[in-house]
Amino acid sequence: MKGRTNRKRWEHFPHEADIGIRGAGATKEQAFEQAAIALTAVITEPGKVAPEQKIEVTCQAGDDELLLADWLNSLLYEMDTRKMLFSRFEVRIEGNHLNGTAWGEKIDVSKHTPTTEVKAATYAELNVRQERDGSWIAQCIVDV
Amino acid sequence: MDLKTIKKRSDYEWGIEPSGKMTVPVIIYADESLIKAMDEKVRQQAVNVACLPGIVKASYAMPDAHWGYGFPIGGVAAFDPDKGGVVSAGGVGFDIACGVRTITTGLSIDDIEPVKEQLADLLAHKIPAGLGSRGKLSLNIKQMDEVLVGGARWAVEHGYGTKEDLLRVEEHGAVAGAKPDCVSDHAKKRQEEEVGTLGSGNHYMEVQKVVEIYDEKTAGAFNIAVGQITVSIHCGSRGLGHQIGTEYLKKMAAAAGECGIELPERELACAPINSRVGQEYLGAMRAGINCALANRQLLTHLLRGVFADMFPKAELKLLYDVSHNTCKEELHSVNGQRKRLFIHRKGATRSFGPGDPSLPAELRDIGQPVLIGGTMGTASYILVGTSESMSLSFGSSCHGAGRNMSRTEATRRWHGRDVVRGLAEQGILIRSPSFRGVAEEAPGAYKDVSEVVEAAHQAKLSRKVARLVPIICVKG
Repeated sequence: MKGRTNRKRWEHFPHEADIGIRGAGATKEQAFEQAAIALTAVITEPGKVAPEQKIEVTCQAGDDELLLADWLNSLLYEMDTRKMLFSRFEVRIEGNHLNGTAWGEKIDVSKHTPTTEVKAATYAELNVRQERDGSWIAQCIVDV
Repeated sequence: MDLKTIKKRSDYEWGIEPSGKMTVPVIIYADESLIKAMDEKVRQQAVNVACLPGIVKASYAMPDAHWGYGFPIGGVAAFDPDKGGVVSAGGVGFDIACGVRTITTGLSIDDIEPVKEQLADLLAHKIPAGLGSRGKLSLNIKQMDEVLVGGARWAVEHGYGTKEDLLRVEEHGAVAGAKPDCVSDHAKKRQEEEVGTLGSGNHYMEVQKVVEIYDEKTAGAFNIAVGQITVSIHCGSRGLGHQIGTEYLKKMAAAAGECGIELPERELACAPINSRVGQEYLGAMRAGINCALANRQLLTHLLRGVFADMFPKAELKLLYDVSHNTCKEELHSVNGQRKRLFIHRKGATRSFGPGDPSLPAELRDIGQPVLIGGTMGTASYILVGTSESMSLSFGSSCHGAGRNMSRTEATRRWHGRDVVRGLAEQGILIRSPSFRGVAEEAPGAYKDVSEVVEAAHQAKLSRKVARLVPIICVKG
């Protein structure tokens, strides 16, 4: 399962019990945004989710990797409590702070046919790195 | 797993002697073919657990062990608080007290067969399942705190079950020492509308038929016989447990560093039992256990409503309720001494043998029912705890079939629609909002549950009592 536009892309990678999500982009912020799309893609096809309603999240963590886990877990919290799914993301990172915006809509079971809930973004295979070509990767295993 | 990296101790027990930072050995209970099929990551993860401070006797893996995060799924480890022992949020997992309960109905297959479709539809309609589903109860924070302390007892006190039910739940319906104050408002908010919901993924409510009895005497004590119908519920602590796991993992990652605990991987984040973070986590995690116990009790109430409507003569009695993802304070014998230990069971079932004082009077001479959930196409098993398991694995056994393939691979191999059609041809009705979800949970994506159960039986972790096959499976 993959999505690609220029250098921006996301994919899933296998884990025996759960599932790995990976985002890539020209910047760290893009990689975080793509990882969020990969998260949504565990649940439903991101293309089925209309970016109608906007929400904001902020996170703070000791390093890039914990920040990624926090970002994804904040989105899971918003999904759960607002009963929403998100398909468009914008991330701004300054030091250890992340300000994120997500656009989505209320869950509609007949439209989105959600495969599964995601319980949490884990610290397993948690990695944020810059590749030799300058592009960024952000990934982890999510517990489903 | 490469057999060269592990030593055979007997046909069903394999070991890795301590080396490097390991303070205890790794012991894996499985037959040779299960060991061969086990991912190399299980070995690595079990070895990592053997390096944690204060671990006692061994880092164990059950026959269904598979690659988890931090601990292997199917991992069991005991820690001694007097020896710097730790509690690990990763060692419990995000779905705190995810577990199984099995309910006998007093009905036979002949009662169910003519109205099977109708029963499947009614269950799918009445049981809130899947993403975005809402429970019938919406609780404010004060009521939520009562649930987190009272567990299944709270549910029964509010009319959702009987006192007899509580005798058949671990800790008689509620674990002591829960601290709602240690659970964040975020976690409680996440649970607000999820009380009494099934969830999704591998969670299910399944109507089953007993097809084989291996131990007549124990089956009699458990009130099960061939041809009878049972219902099993597999679910956990929902959003509350997920949020507790998430938040304390972060706190423990920081605490481990401050305490000078070197973590082989971040997901093993832990804190000394005798530390502020350790105690707060235990208080929150126990609240999560009670949340799961209440949740399964509420689902049982909904189930009883459906059966009362369709089968007036049905009598739904709880056989037992077991939790898989927990850290529990228990007394165990180590080198002839009774010790107070903290037992992590991550994807493992408590399996207490006969004589344990925590068992209800009518089961005390028999042992604890051990409920093993299989896949929607194969079988589930009822086993009974053994005296031997107390010394073999701190009274623990396997918890399910265990995956042998990733979800990604499963969706490549199978289409949900075909899986549902194939199972219908075998007489098994599936109700799920998502075909992709069904494909991810396809029976072929799991190990052979019968082989796993046989290994647990032969290793004496628990003893086979009965085999059940699915008739209807409602999935989230």
